[in-house]
Amino acid sequence: MDVFIAIVQILDSTIRLSVPLLLACLAGLYSERAGIFDIGLEGKMLVGAFAGAAAASVFHSALLGLGMAILISVAFAMVHGFASITHRGNQIVSGVAINFIAAGSTIILGQAWFQQGGRTPALQPGERFDAIVWPGAEAVRDVPIIGPIYAELISGHSILVYLAFLMVPFTWWVLFRTRFGLRLRAVGENPAAVDTAGISVAWLRYRALICTGILTGVAGAYLSMVQNGGFVKDMTAGKGYIALAALIFAKWKPVNAMFACLLFGFLDAAAIRLQGSPLPLIGKVPVQFMQALPYILTVILLAGFIGKAIPPRAGGVPYVKER
Amino acid sequence: MAQAAIELIGINKSFGAVRANRDINLEIARGTIHGIVGENGAGKSTLMSILYGFYQADSGEIRVAGKPASIKTPNDAIALGIGMVHQHFMLVDNFSVLENVILGAETDALLKKSIAKARSELERLEREYGLEVDPDAIIEELPVGLQQRVEILKALYRGAEILILDEPTGVLTPAEADHLFRILKQLKEQGKTVVLITHKLREIMAITDTVSVMRQGTMVATRETRKTTVGELAELMVGRRVLLRVEKGEAEAGAVKLAVKNLTVKDSRGVTMVDDISFDLRAGEIVGIAGVAGNGQSELLEAISGIRHAVSGSVMLDGKPIDLTGKADPGELRDRGLAHVPEDRHHVGLVLAFEENENSILGYHDDPRYLKGPFLNVDAIMADAKDKIEKYDIRPGNPRLKTANFSGGNQQKIVLAREMEQDPGVLIVGQPTRGVDVGAIEFIHKRLIAMRDQGKAVLVVSVELDEIRSLSDRILVMFAGRIVGERGPEATEGELGLLMAGVERQEAAE
Repeated sequence: MDVFIAIVQILDSTIRLSVPLLLACLAGLYSERAGIFDIGLEGKMLVGAFAGAAAASVFHSALLGLGMAILISVAFAMVHGFASITHRGNQIVSGVAINFIAAGSTIILGQAWFQQGGRTPALQPGERFDAIVWPGAEAVRDVPIIGPIYAELISGHSILVYLAFLMVPFTWWVLFRTRFGLRLRAVGENPAAVDTAGISVAWLRYRALICTGILTGVAGAYLSMVQNGGFVKDMTAGKGYIALAALIFAKWKPVNAMFACLLFGFLDAAAIRLQGSPLPLIGKVPVQFMQALPYILTVILLAGFIGKAIPPRAGGVPYVKER
Repeated sequence: MAQAAIELIGINKSFGAVRANRDINLEIARGTIHGIVGENGAGKSTLMSILYGFYQADSGEIRVAGKPASIKTPNDAIALGIGMVHQHFMLVDNFSVLENVILGAETDALLKKSIAKARSELERLEREYGLEVDPDAIIEELPVGLQQRVEILKALYRGAEILILDEPTGVLTPAEADHLFRILKQLKEQGKTVVLITHKLREIMAITDTVSVMRQGTMVATRETRKTTVGELAELMVGRRVLLRVEKGEAEAGAVKLAVKNLTVKDSRGVTMVDDISFDLRAGEIVGIAGVAGNGQSELLEAISGIRHAVSGSVMLDGKPIDLTGKADPGELRDRGLAHVPEDRHHVGLVLAFEENENSILGYHDDPRYLKGPFLNVDAIMADAKDKIEKYDIRPGNPRLKTANFSGGNQQKIVLAREMEQDPGVLIVGQPTRGVDVGAIEFIHKRLIAMRDQGKAVLVVSVELDEIRSLSDRILVMFAGRIVGERGPEATEGELGLLMAGVERQEAAE
């Protein structure tokens, strides 16, 4: 039974750890499907996390915090758009610049405003998103098998967790069942076709980036207002890059993205759980190795196990009308 | 005269210092097929892009059905019933036919209704015009002829009354082109107006009612097609008399330079594309290989030039075998005097991002002439490039310009200049004038014949029957991977056409 409980606990933290990855991954999916590479997911998440925690602690409202996280993150997405859509700049350079600005500005502003070494004040109840306990969760907790699964795995997460997982079918629906989705996919494959069909390529790509900004904002808010009770410098810790890896791994498909993020979340959860405890047969594994596993896995899987990952054809290329 | 579908009055358009269109006046009558011819870069596509709202004219007026029209975006053009089939298809390759058709013309925010409507609409168009295509097929899995049909369907779905086609046959096989022409005639019978942009005069003569000629950004003439001739149009296009058939003396065939024996080649899918082919190529003759595209000519060329693995058979160059394992060193073949002008200049012949001078020595860059110790001798390379530019009239004459910025015809000249100037004993040319305009075709043909007269052996593969007949001393016809006939240059088009269609072969088998 102990093993079962341990597995449920690992799965529970798998869910918690994969949420920011999933939100960021879906965020990247919108922009990359529209033909804009976005290496700045990391930075947008970070400013979202900072803005969310800062606003929540100043205004004593979790919702205001979330709103501010989304607003600032979208603003950064628009900077990326301005550089790479309007001015046809290099998307990688723009994305990297956003990451740098995010890393620097959050620490400077945090120190200037709160004087806590770049942190924001610890969030009080009501300033953060608390876990939602589902009806009957406590009552069934002791029922074997189903009890822990219901109480631990399904119930007891913050609203943002459910939101993240609801975004998966929603994103699929948007992409494949709506006019916006059709055009978004088209502009990532052949913007000239979109242009000649009488649709504005720039406006379409900006709207895709707004979607990206909203989702990275939520991802950031989750980090600072759910997973942690406040902002800590560099708290994204490379999650934006793992999300990009998951996106490639998922071949730019929403449902695949969920499984990829759950896998990476699981590796993370297992790494934390197994920290220091020897594995059967292998013995003690350095924690660094476990932390590197998602990246190693990405390389190995991309190198041949998942087949060819074909990115949107117009990805990374600014649209210029041909002469 | 029927009411004008479109009137263009005093259209001007400049790109930087280049005046692409100057004071263009054009009237296109409703319910006709109107051709617009001109060399590459004459401004045809620019003019049509202005009409389609893709560009804005600097000045001038457009009238559609007699009313002044302001066309600022493709949307405006679509609303006025103008549809365009671009030279490079504007299709999303991994979308289905249906998705491509509705893109930009969806009925509402959700796709369900749009798709249902498009499905029934496509059925109607299929009935009315014979435009048959599977609505659920993925574009990249369709042959180009069908992809083009999807483009036409896209325009008709948007209610186009005026259909502009920009170089529609450039990518089509002769059979596909014929089919397209039948469709266009049918559209005309249904009262649609068709504008056909091309530089192929044969097409103009075959299908249009009226034809306008553009040269260097100006509209030089408009003629009724039945009252003009190919010669007159060619002259108007180029501004001087053009020899449509280059004159040449009798071939003086010498020793065998290239001997192909029982060559069999399979393609990457394992299908036999070249089936037991044998022929000789002699010094001082041009052998043309005719055939509908896809009958093994490409694979034959690739095998001979050492790029593609051959299953069996042998190829002897000057009596010594060529490595047919597909691992032949092209550099070694060059050293042995075999030059190859590939069919696909963009992917195989040139590095488009390179400057002209770099491409003009590509593959010969380790020749001591271009080297100074271990380094490239830039001065020598530039001088060499300038020399070729002058000799081959490559325009613009700037060896530092990026190759992508040259027109298709001039890119072809860059490749030809590079390969011919190496003075090879054997020259293999695939599609020497694909996408090249009339003036340059004449020039290229003359150069090829000059090579022959110098005693070189020249092998030309082309899907243009005119070209084969005009150039070749001997014509080999390929069908389904085999040589189904050999004819002299006096063979008629009909005779070759039957061979290309494989008719004689089937009769012989019976």
